[in-house]
Amino acid sequence: MKIFWLIGEKFLKLSEELGCAYKMFMQILHTFLTGKYDKENTTYQMVLIGVKSIPVILLTSAFTGMVLALQTAYSTRNIFNEPIYIGSVVGFSIVKELGPVLTAVVLAGRVGAAIASELGTMKVTEQIDALYTLGTNPIRYLAVPRFISMVIMVPILTIFADIVGIIGGFFVSVYKLGIAPVVYQNDILDYMRTEDLFHGLIKSVFFALIIVTTACYKGFTCEGGAEGVGRSTTQTVVISMVMILVSDYFLTALLVMFGVG
Amino acid sequence: MIKIVNIHKSFGENVVFKGVDLEIKDGETITIIGGSGCGKSVLIKHIVGLLKPDSGEIYVDNEEITKLDEDKLFEVQKKFGFLFQSAALFDSLNVKENVAFGLRNLKIMSEHDISEKVKECLSRIGLEGIENMKPSELSGGMKKRVALARAIATGPKYIFYDEPTTGIDPIMADVINDLIIHLQKTLAVTSIVVTHDMTSAYKISNHIAMLYDGKIIGEGTPSEFKKTENMYIKQFTTGSSVGPIKMKVR
Repeated sequence: MKIFWLIGEKFLKLSEELGCAYKMFMQILHTFLTGKYDKENTTYQMVLIGVKSIPVILLTSAFTGMVLALQTAYSTRNIFNEPIYIGSVVGFSIVKELGPVLTAVVLAGRVGAAIASELGTMKVTEQIDALYTLGTNPIRYLAVPRFISMVIMVPILTIFADIVGIIGGFFVSVYKLGIAPVVYQNDILDYMRTEDLFHGLIKSVFFALIIVTTACYKGFTCEGGAEGVGRSTTQTVVISMVMILVSDYFLTALLVMFGVG
Repeated sequence: MIKIVNIHKSFGENVVFKGVDLEIKDGETITIIGGSGCGKSVLIKHIVGLLKPDSGEIYVDNEEITKLDEDKLFEVQKKFGFLFQSAALFDSLNVKENVAFGLRNLKIMSEHDISEKVKECLSRIGLEGIENMKPSELSGGMKKRVALARAIATGPKYIFYDEPTTGIDPIMADVINDLIIHLQKTLAVTSIVVTHDMTSAYKISNHIAMLYDGKIIGEGTPSEFKKTENMYIKQFTTGSSVGPIKMKVR
């Protein structure tokens, strides 16, 4: 009997948390749509979230494209005796899956953790209460600028990741595997369509929403001093990553159903 | 005038208020005393609208604030200045930006006037020339004084002090006490202080209320508190471990 009680209690707590996170998401969206947000802070967050993430995103995606080209070459050589369709495999994998997913996972670790720990520290040191007493809505001042920055910068970073990943695959194909540049290029251009690019970009917007909502919610509800901040930060990264990977499957199925990619 | 009528509040199974009633008159300095964790800070956070009671009413200048929507509550909050226990200065902003924060939100002053007002507020608390320093470069006492400058910058009618002398040395604590008295005299504000430091309470207050077991168990002037026969108040003000208030040890 006790096991049912424990499961029920966990389920209720999870439902409550999901409800609260959804409520916060709607508050952020409402404040954004009414245009009541700090524009100066938004620009600052775009630099912090977007521009400063470029090196790590480029490095990750370049090596992903390179290793993908190498693995495809070895696999197709075993089956067909020669490396074929490398451009297609690298292009499709990067643009539709690895570009958006890897970018989101890296940003969940770099930006999600930073947002949760910053807001969490502000919460436990009463800085968020201080905002209220100074006539500032913390959602407007803290959450909405981060929300806008993520929704704009994650797709842009995904495009960068797509381009650099394909270039990484190109260098391995041409200089290590000896494939003609025009063959790699035609493999991509002959089979890929614009919808494939949109497929990845639409997913990246959803991933951005997952990261920023989780990070803001965990930051604003943080309790328990330094230990609480650490716990909120860890939970943000873990929950974001799991939700990115799980939602990726359902988003892919949904987008394919609607003919996007 | 602030009037608290029969407020009840619980956090889960922890009952904090069991019907608190209190009236704060304009121009007075009232100190709310009580043991650690009895709900003193929670009480003033209810008054400024940071927390909502489970039941009961809170009137600020005859306006009931517990059911106000966010925009109307922000209008009421313009009457308040709040000095937090941890100072709560914004880490990412320097001293000038911290003190100017509320003024910039009001959007009624030019940038030049805001700079002048920041200088004036810092001079009132005896900390001129630190505008460009970050909170991390300040000592505990300086942080509290800068937080006080931020609280008075917008010219509030009511200033709330949450444990203003906790965590600083006795001399600096006395400096803060003198500042509270000085601000009360020069700005004619109503001050609401939360503390368990009786030296401070006796020095700065003209009205003291004691919170115990979810209720206000006694009110009076500092001299009345010194002569009280109420065993709970007497035990607390004299700092004795012997009496009706039992503290749990482990």
